[in-house]
Amino acid sequence: MLYREAGQFKASYRADQAIFPIAQDRFVAMALLVIAFLVVPFVATEYTYRAVLIPTVILSLAAIGLNVLMGYCGQVSLGSGAFMGVGAYAAYNLAVRLPFLNPFVCVLLGGFVAAAIGIVFGIPSLRIKGFYLACATLAAQFFGDWAFLRIKWITNDTPSGSVNAPPLQLFGLDLSSPTANYLVSLVFAVVLGLGAKNIVRGHIGRQWMAIRDMDIAAEIIGVLPMYAKLSAFAVSSFLIGVAGALWAFVYLGSWEPAAFDIDRSFELMFMVIIGGLGSILGSALGAIFIVLMPIFLNQALPPLGDVVGWKISTATVSHFESMIFGALIVFFLVVEPHGLARLWLTGKEKLRLWPFPH
Amino acid sequence: MGIRKSRLLGAALLSAGVLAATAAEAQSEQFIPGLVYRTGAYAPNGIPFADGAADYISMLNARDGGINGVKILFEECETGYATDRGVECYERLKGKGPTGAAYFSPLSTGITFALTEKAPGDKVPLITMGYGRADSRDGAVFAWNFPLLGTYWTAANVAIQYIAKEWGGFDKLKGKKIALLYHDSPYGKEPIAALEAMSKKYGYEFLPIPVPAPGSEQKSQWLQIRQQRPDYVLLWGWGVMNSAAVSEAGNVNYPREHMLGGWCSGAESDVLPAGDKAKVYKALMLQHPAGKFAVHKDIDKFVVSQGKSLAKPEEVGQVLYNRGLINSMLGTESIRTAMAKFGNKPMTGEQVRWGIEHLDLSADRIKQLGFEGMIGPIKLSCADHEGTRLSRVHQWDGKEWKVISDWFTGDDSIIEPLVKSTAEAYAKEKKITERDCSKES
Repeated sequence: MLYREAGQFKASYRADQAIFPIAQDRFVAMALLVIAFLVVPFVATEYTYRAVLIPTVILSLAAIGLNVLMGYCGQVSLGSGAFMGVGAYAAYNLAVRLPFLNPFVCVLLGGFVAAAIGIVFGIPSLRIKGFYLACATLAAQFFGDWAFLRIKWITNDTPSGSVNAPPLQLFGLDLSSPTANYLVSLVFAVVLGLGAKNIVRGHIGRQWMAIRDMDIAAEIIGVLPMYAKLSAFAVSSFLIGVAGALWAFVYLGSWEPAAFDIDRSFELMFMVIIGGLGSILGSALGAIFIVLMPIFLNQALPPLGDVVGWKISTATVSHFESMIFGALIVFFLVVEPHGLARLWLTGKEKLRLWPFPH
Repeated sequence: MGIRKSRLLGAALLSAGVLAATAAEAQSEQFIPGLVYRTGAYAPNGIPFADGAADYISMLNARDGGINGVKILFEECETGYATDRGVECYERLKGKGPTGAAYFSPLSTGITFALTEKAPGDKVPLITMGYGRADSRDGAVFAWNFPLLGTYWTAANVAIQYIAKEWGGFDKLKGKKIALLYHDSPYGKEPIAALEAMSKKYGYEFLPIPVPAPGSEQKSQWLQIRQQRPDYVLLWGWGVMNSAAVSEAGNVNYPREHMLGGWCSGAESDVLPAGDKAKVYKALMLQHPAGKFAVHKDIDKFVVSQGKSLAKPEEVGQVLYNRGLINSMLGTESIRTAMAKFGNKPMTGEQVRWGIEHLDLSADRIKQLGFEGMIGPIKLSCADHEGTRLSRVHQWDGKEWKVISDWFTGDDSIIEPLVKSTAEAYAKEKKITERDCSKES
């Protein structure tokens, strides 16, 4: 009933190929954007910005990047943490060595550096697939860890190997307030996310999907595997690199190589798998789930314990958090192996018929 | 709506009520947050410190009713030693209580680096007792950082002084080889700059050997040590890395008496797992030894015997438990210092910062507080946020840590230039205008 599209006629190919062909979807998407840009800044507290919104938005962008590679092109990658790091350290070096550059220009350029490195580490994908490719991208992760720790030039010879982001400003405006940080990250995520959505809908995205579904067949019908795979690595690494630079500049402010270690790669991979492979919306849902659920559990458990008269210690809360979080991941994967995005699709189908069962 | 749902709703309402009630009585309380790690790879070190810090505050509340009558509100948040969770905890706790968090002590160099960027904006001081950025002792640049009792550069300097004394003078260092086995993170890298500077001055060969975090796997590093045969091995580990290093040293038969740990590598949890292999292993002390002192009587009377402590009985009096006590003591004494100027009410972070910067604990006052024999006098100023540069060495005899050296004082002719140059580079990078310390009161 809610999703009745009867009466919505498409008179042009343009209308038929729109991102949101159904009017209700368009409305919801616009409403979400309006809420994110105009309502949230008036209601969010500093804590929600710094601990919840900013990391969710930035990691959504990173998850979109990984989803381009894993979900659309079918190339497994365990090196996304390193690509985030490449973006962050490239942006840092540009900011330190070329001080006249605006930090946000550095963030974007950091993305391009990550794209270049991504192409280099994508070359093995031309010959190897599946688990073997996972191993090859794992090499990227370890190489990244090694380079950030060992090559002193990358960290500008700081004694501890920990580096600091430059002050964030644009046209003389100070953008260090949490609201500004959030809006900046959101602009990056929305603009680049929209770009990614359009790429995957276009001919490049269809090439990626052809490669993903069956690479030999794709090659026979004229898709160049080298071009398709390397472009997927480039676009994916670019998005992940920008997210990494934002993570460093906007969220952390000061970071060490451990911020981009293998745990980050796994975290991003879980976001993509739980959110839904091959779905931009799923990437965002996955990021929300992975970022928010532990924080929510951590805060919700002590008051719940108080209710039943059980004083839960910090350590117990932390153990419970891990246990429940793990169980939830298993639960979601069992109930819906195609991720949260598929749950949303199923819900949409149900809403279409509701309240009539058939 | 089933029974379950209504129960949940009831629970939610009830917890909201409880929260409202606590908020009402919290108007005149001082909030002190605890960033702790009771889980994960570093928990063996995190737990005793967290217990000590919490027990001292419980003791003050029970014995004195807080600080000058202002009750202390204390809440922990689990970081798991992870920087991003640490930042989340910091954001969660910094605004709690009527005046916000008094100070943060994350017990993690990584979290300290991240919070160093945030603290000036939020006006919350960081007390990083014996860890964190070594250059943050320069209060002109790092107004909100307080590496009280010692930085890693002081530690590195004292370590070399101790080795020179053992060998019979600084001239004996020439041509010798000193290795640093370090945790490959900002924490472990921190002493390198000082050790390199001293190797130029004293003529020893410096051999840095990194161990990837968390450090439980050290076979190749110890193979390297066997090949290179350094005359001394400095150990800069944390958590499981320390005991692994001591055991590995035993396995390759490297003489344990030629090993010296930093003050983060000299607690019970670092040597007990290594068993007999840890015998005669030495470590620097962040001034204080293990054991029980005057303050422990009050801790026992008001906290432990009342069942209010999370600590296991054998934990009370351990090195890191005592360090937790000292951390809370220095923090609460700073609040007391601030109250002397601003009045006996909950202090804001800004006022506490003033208090820490003007902290002046004489030997008499330390005795009065029950910490005699644990730390020496400490006096801070705008230019010196470290307050003292004393350290000693203790040795594990297989059962307990025994103090084996006299007091050493860090040599400022070596440390000071390093601090100045890196702090200036930081100020330039972050576009911070240095405070003029001659004009600060």
